[in-house]
Amino acid sequence: MTTLIDLRPAGSSPEPEKDSPRAIRKSLSVADRIFRWGSTGIGTVVLVVTGAVGLFLGYQLIPTLHTYGLHFFTQTQWDPETNVLGIAEVLLGTVEVAIIAVVFAFPLSLLTALYISEYAPWWLRGFLIAMVDLMAAIPSILFAMWGVFLINDHAAYVSRWLNEFFGWVPFFHVSGGEPRAAVFILSLYTSSPAIAGMVVAMMVIPLATAVMLGVFGQAPLSEREGAYALGSTRWGMIQSVVLPFGRGGIVGGTMLALGRALGETVAVSLILSQNFDVKLRPLEIGGITTAKLIANYFNESSSGQLSALLAAGFVLFAITILVNSVAAVIVSRGRSGAQTEI
Amino acid sequence: MSSVVKAGPGLSPPVAGQAPDDSRDIPRNVTAATVDYQLTLLGSLVGSLGLVWLLYTQVLPFSGPIGFVICWYVAFVGLFAAVTAVQHGRTIVLDRVWMAVITGAAALVGVALIATVTYIVIRGWAAAHHLNFITQSESAADQDSPLTQGGILNAIIGSLIQLGIATAITLPLGIGTAVYMVEVGGRFARVVRTVVEAMTALPDILAGLFIYAFLIVALGFERSGFAAALALSVMMLPIIARSADVALRVVPGGLREASLALGATQWRTVWRVVLPTQRTGLATAVILGMARAVGETAPVLITSGASTFYTWNPFGEPMNSLPLYIYTAVRSPQQKFIERGFGAGIVLLVMVLVLFATARFLARSKAGRR
Repeated sequence: MTTLIDLRPAGSSPEPEKDSPRAIRKSLSVADRIFRWGSTGIGTVVLVVTGAVGLFLGYQLIPTLHTYGLHFFTQTQWDPETNVLGIAEVLLGTVEVAIIAVVFAFPLSLLTALYISEYAPWWLRGFLIAMVDLMAAIPSILFAMWGVFLINDHAAYVSRWLNEFFGWVPFFHVSGGEPRAAVFILSLYTSSPAIAGMVVAMMVIPLATAVMLGVFGQAPLSEREGAYALGSTRWGMIQSVVLPFGRGGIVGGTMLALGRALGETVAVSLILSQNFDVKLRPLEIGGITTAKLIANYFNESSSGQLSALLAAGFVLFAITILVNSVAAVIVSRGRSGAQTEI
Repeated sequence: MSSVVKAGPGLSPPVAGQAPDDSRDIPRNVTAATVDYQLTLLGSLVGSLGLVWLLYTQVLPFSGPIGFVICWYVAFVGLFAAVTAVQHGRTIVLDRVWMAVITGAAALVGVALIATVTYIVIRGWAAAHHLNFITQSESAADQDSPLTQGGILNAIIGSLIQLGIATAITLPLGIGTAVYMVEVGGRFARVVRTVVEAMTALPDILAGLFIYAFLIVALGFERSGFAAALALSVMMLPIIARSADVALRVVPGGLREASLALGATQWRTVWRVVLPTQRTGLATAVILGMARAVGETAPVLITSGASTFYTWNPFGEPMNSLPLYIYTAVRSPQQKFIERGFGAGIVLLVMVLVLFATARFLARSKAGRR
């Protein structure tokens, strides 16, 4: 303690007036207190409102299970007139359409993101990124119109072709669509889960592409240059630097796309023709998803059936949250999330 | 030297046995297209086109433009690889094939996007190029009227009113929540952030179903524009709060500390320093949320009901909106109604484009000032 005093140059006298520090008030001022309480209040309101939506939906499971029992999860039909309600086929159809959408969207968004981040000339890059953002902003009903009036008929030919040559695979089979039938019934192949999935893919491609673009852009420049310096081609560099670095973003972006695809309503509702048969033949006409079920039945439901609809919605919501949370964890855990050493 | 000249868009690995004949240090050309590369590309494109045209239309029993383009593309990639393999090793062949595949996939997505927009504009032009389409209401025409009568002004007004109410609700709440999460913080703020992020996963139709079950069935209100605006708010709130949160988090801590060190209270720091710093970022967040909400069909479908005449009162009366109008129109069997639906699609597209362009403009002006 005394060393401090010893260090003073000899002969210097202490200042005549002591420099007393300003008193620091630990309590907040009135304005700050109002600010803190006010913003906490807003946060609480938002928490309550958004949380209430989730709780309200979840609460509906209780009367639903009370009325319909566990058959609610195994029953395949949804018939409000006979009051036989179940979500087995509905969930199956939801997952089927979403997975088809991701099967289309995954390679396309991965390759598009690679093109924009690695191949596009620099003067085009900003424009292309803006286009991806714009594509994400285009309302889903416009994609749905495009799907219903333009894609539906054309894609039906592709479905027919697949059925003709690969119909022996159960997945590509279309019942009633005889390969060499004398009369070709195109309507068997339209309005199918596969086509609905294709159109949903258009809506989720920009989402997945944007996430992947984000991580590809973060791939460290030093490692890219290192790969080139070792004589790598551009693809070699992508293979050894960009893709391993962006793996978290690739998986996470795809899962975010899956989450969005699960809840898509309008496109599926307009394209898919309703059918509760349990089948895994995506090329064949007909199917159902949770969102389409809600859009079709909310109006003509009794109160018990309405809570069953809400419960079905809650199951969808729970699946979506699960998928999104896993996606968030994957994105943040990958190397892409961490800072790189130079 | 010669190996450098031959290099394609990528690089050729050093060729064994060809020792550089001079000691000058010439940087390798990494990206520029060489003559060899350009000729290979052009030759493969033309060659595959000719081959596929001959086989597809003349020899094999195939038809249809989609199949033709697919076959052309596959033949092109094959030919491109084969021609490259004549001169180069496996590494270069792989590089070029992947270049072709990646560019092709990106082009496919681009074509699909352009096709969507053009298709809607072409199909909707017949209805939308009449001025009455945006100056009259639906009730001015019945189902047999020509396209020169009646319009969608009531749906446009409905959309704007609903969007206005939803924005008025979500703007203060969303930004307030973001301010709370970033500036006040604490354990409770982390709970709020978790819940808000989880709610961005809410499927849009559930936002509508919640308002329907809660406000309309349980509390007995009528279907109205206000109910639709509430449903849109439930959907928009987490989106805006989350992106505003991201925007506020990048405000440098040094700015806050400087303001506090000058003796400002926390409230003045937030109001005069933090929020103005990210003004454009916050505006972008809100506008993109609005662009998302204006095109949302599912929540509106459940909560608003539809009317064919002007509705200015958002409470207690059904109110039409653009997405709902389109949804009804394209499900109708009448050709004229479908055309009007496409016309409304153009109007909706323009609204989204205007919002989007505003957001881009704000983001750019911020970048320019730095």
